[in-house]
Amino acid sequence: MLQRLTALYLALFLVYLLAHLILSPPGSVHEWRAWVGDPLVNGAWAVFFAALLMHAWVGVRDVVMDYLGPAGLRLVVLFALGLYLFALGYWALVVLLAVAP
Amino acid sequence: MTSRDPRPVALDLFRIHFPVSAVVSILHRLSGLLLFLGIPVAVYLLERSLADARGFARVQGLLATPALRLFGVLVAWAFSHHLLAGLRYLLIDLDIGVDRAAARAGAWVVSVAAVVVAVVCLARLGGLW
Repeated sequence: MLQRLTALYLALFLVYLLAHLILSPPGSVHEWRAWVGDPLVNGAWAVFFAALLMHAWVGVRDVVMDYLGPAGLRLVVLFALGLYLFALGYWALVVLLAVAP
Repeated sequence: MTSRDPRPVALDLFRIHFPVSAVVSILHRLSGLLLFLGIPVAVYLLERSLADARGFARVQGLLATPALRLFGVLVAWAFSHHLLAGLRYLLIDLDIGVDRAAARAGAWVVSVAAVVVAVVCLARLGGLW
């Protein structure tokens, strides 16, 4: 269920983002920062990264469980992947907060 | 001496193949992994482009290099395939397109459409318009 809900949000947000980038590409860093810094857009980006990382977690977790046999190795890899995704989430949050209103 | 098991053992690889639904499923996983690998690149590009005018120009420059643009075509394929195959699964969840013929037709639409998107991106890069 989590995978499907996040998938729906990711699909809507990414189509919206692509449409925005194609229809009105930001001409300068100021325009770009203003758009990402808009409260609604900034929040949508934050939810996007949260959904993306949860979606990625479920996906790679399934792959690891399908192809990695030894339980110990599996646990280590899953732990590393979890840490990695948390780190990416933190990084994305810092990036978004830097332009947040 | 007659064989106990009359089944042919020589596998004709040109006659046996995966059903198209299985191919879509494998490519859904493969494209997902590819997109997973792209996440840090995306965050990096977002960070640089938002940092300052130099970073913004640098990202614009990076996205204009032929190598990265070709990589972009691959990402466009992976994204389209992953998105469309995912939508197909969501529809199947809703009991739409479950029977064999519809499932196969849907799988073909997904595979072909994703390649079409990639080809359109490639044509756009090639300056076809």
